[in-house]
Amino acid sequence: MTDLLVSSSLTAVWSAMGVYTLAFIMFTLDLAKRSAWAQQAPVAVTAATSAMGQLAGATATIDRINTDTAVKPLSLKFERIAFALTVLGWLVHTAAVVMRGIAQGYVPWSNMFEFSLTASSIIVGVFIAVQVWQNLRFLGAFITGFALIALGLATVNFYVDVKPLPPALQSSWLVIHVFVAVLGTSFFALGAGLSVVQLMQARAAAAKGAGLKFLQTLPGADALENLAYRVVVVGFVFWTFTLIAGAIWAERAWGRYWGWDTKEVWTFIIWTIFAGYLHARATRGWRGSRSAWLAIIGFAAVLFNFTVVNLFFKGLHAYSGL
Amino acid sequence: MRTALFLLLLLAIAAVPGSLVPQRSSDPNGVQQYFTNNPEIAPVLDTLQAFDVYTSAWFSAIYLLLFISLIGCVVPRTAHHYRALRSAPPKTPARLSRLAGFTTAWAPGVSATDAVESARGILKKSGYRVRLFEGPRGELSVSAERGYLRETGNLVFHTALVGVLVSVGIGGSFGYSGQKVIVEGDSFANVLLSYESFLPGRFFDEGVLQPYRLTLDEFEAVYEQENPAARGQPIDFTASVTSYAPGSEVGTRAEIKVNDPLRLGGNDIFLLGNGYAPIITVRDGEGNVAFSDAVPFLPQDGNLTSIGVVKVPDAVPEQIGMIGFLYPTQATLTTGALTSNYPDLLNPVLSLQVFTGDLGLDGGIPRSVYSLDTDGMTEIAGRTADAPPIQLTPGETVELPDGIGSVTFENAAPSAPADDLTGSVPRFVSLDIHRDPSQGWVLAFAILVLAGLLTSLFIPRRRVWVKAIDDGDAGGVRLEYAGLARGEDPTLDRAVREIADRHSQQLGIRLTT
Repeated sequence: MTDLLVSSSLTAVWSAMGVYTLAFIMFTLDLAKRSAWAQQAPVAVTAATSAMGQLAGATATIDRINTDTAVKPLSLKFERIAFALTVLGWLVHTAAVVMRGIAQGYVPWSNMFEFSLTASSIIVGVFIAVQVWQNLRFLGAFITGFALIALGLATVNFYVDVKPLPPALQSSWLVIHVFVAVLGTSFFALGAGLSVVQLMQARAAAAKGAGLKFLQTLPGADALENLAYRVVVVGFVFWTFTLIAGAIWAERAWGRYWGWDTKEVWTFIIWTIFAGYLHARATRGWRGSRSAWLAIIGFAAVLFNFTVVNLFFKGLHAYSGL
Repeated sequence: MRTALFLLLLLAIAAVPGSLVPQRSSDPNGVQQYFTNNPEIAPVLDTLQAFDVYTSAWFSAIYLLLFISLIGCVVPRTAHHYRALRSAPPKTPARLSRLAGFTTAWAPGVSATDAVESARGILKKSGYRVRLFEGPRGELSVSAERGYLRETGNLVFHTALVGVLVSVGIGGSFGYSGQKVIVEGDSFANVLLSYESFLPGRFFDEGVLQPYRLTLDEFEAVYEQENPAARGQPIDFTASVTSYAPGSEVGTRAEIKVNDPLRLGGNDIFLLGNGYAPIITVRDGEGNVAFSDAVPFLPQDGNLTSIGVVKVPDAVPEQIGMIGFLYPTQATLTTGALTSNYPDLLNPVLSLQVFTGDLGLDGGIPRSVYSLDTDGMTEIAGRTADAPPIQLTPGETVELPDGIGSVTFENAAPSAPADDLTGSVPRFVSLDIHRDPSQGWVLAFAILVLAGLLTSLFIPRRRVWVKAIDDGDAGGVRLEYAGLARGEDPTLDRAVREIADRHSQQLGIRLTT
């Protein structure tokens, strides 16, 4: 039974990767289509961007900026197909996570393979859920691409067989601490994606419309900055909780709540970078591109913490399973 | 803000080296290793305090400056916020049209007083603090403000961070941590001398040690047996102990597990490690028992290949020293070397290198019980000696070369069937014993940090105004609505619109925007 579940889970992972690949292609086709459309209809675009500029110019008015109401003729067929594929891929992906969890009888995030598997599922899940609040589908290529890389690394480089849970991880904090860390990571990922687009937008604006054409169909740099901020703030709260929950667990498992273990150091560094990001928002001269860079550096540190610190640094969080 | 931002980013960068270089606080052996591997760079790094980054002068300087700037910011803000909490909302601006969410409406047949009164009611119900004004041309208005909790949360967040820092400092100064190795059947009395290693805080006072006793009755390790991918992986460690309150002979039974410490006598007792402690008896050349004890062997790998040292200073005619390898389940590698391929005692073998000569114990220099200085000794059985290393199974005795005596690997469970050796070697546990008087405070402040963060990020602080300008000729009033964000407030426009909607509904008019 365990073997069947494990192999079905892997089959589901590969299937999800197939669907995500299609979604990724569709999302990039959508961006290409947007570029083509932007070139054909320069007048409409100017109207659209100026409308969005007005929205963004007011004091943080960023509710439901509809990228497609101002400019109707833009067909979003590819985007719709891509998003539907993302949802489908995510369902298969989540099924893989659940089967892996049932197969081993505990939460599927106790080693690097499972963590990549589950974290990428939650990241895509958050991306899908966030659409209810705000249309961020233009990040689809970024998110599906990210999930594809994570799943590829997980299955090819990080794969380990189902094993019993070692005594150090036998705690309900494994469920809470790690899950919230993943949630935080998801929001940081979205924030980083938005910040990247924001930087591209700022550069395009500085170059007076040069650069990638599809940018003209997306919200302006200011609106993106506000969106990124709202997403990152949520991530920051989750990250703070992760830090505190981790300290409580460390006290129970290792006898001290804080010991500057390499993983603790990097969690602290990430927290500090994002604390800096929050302050940058309120500092003259640091709004805009500089704070966007901080959000990107912060997310890069998250990725570094998961990959390089796990694999190459010595520490107590030695749960990669590799 | 600029200072805080600069110091925060500096702190993030300053924390990095501590993850690249081993730290004395978390990995003292790694530091030693680093000195051996990099004899040239290590002393240079050491002068830069790179092995004690988090207590270094430069790291401390950054976070102390950060906290000074934090306090310098929080104190005046607290005073300012205290005044704001006690004062009414400010006067309505003369022109609302330039403010966020500006909305107007025409209300025929409504008096300005009624309109403002109903707006006041709506705002008050929505949690606003309200105040009525009369403008220079007789226009009435409500000035309203809400979300004072945002700033309160922000101040709580920052103050609680100071609280965390202070309580961490206090805990580190008054607390202590010590390590103790206990073999099954042995006891530990909580006095300073019993500890193998002890790290006191700056203001540690020996009087806080409560002299309780703790006996390790049994240590049980469960290993995976069926799953081929994880054979030998530990599934559970349980130390069964009996504790005795100071001066008491009545014991209390308890269990210590990896994620489940024992709280006893103001201490937290953690199960951090375990291994085997084979009982070794050495008889000297005259047949006298010169040594007989359980010797903790330090595990070297997951299958518990373990190394230990036996020192027999009382052997006659010469002192005897032995370096031992214990293989719980002995197997032979293709190279011919011995190894262990399972952590439990399925086929235990003890291999000993034997030395004679001066153990170096009489010079008064403290020596580790886990290492043998063979400089003044001659190897009589082992790799460089004529005789091969001595190999023993539980219960076996072997004569040492040159008639200097014999060594016995005692079977701790001699009555067990011959093919069951699982009880033949006692186990030991290594316990971490801590006292941190302030960790409850750290937790309390950490919770305040989180609570403060949530309120300061998600409660919007905003001002809203509703103005009613009498238009005597037409018999009605012109209503104006507008808001002002104080801090991040992405939903301000919607909020103003909702208030305008509710107000117009109450007045029975239609909004014209």
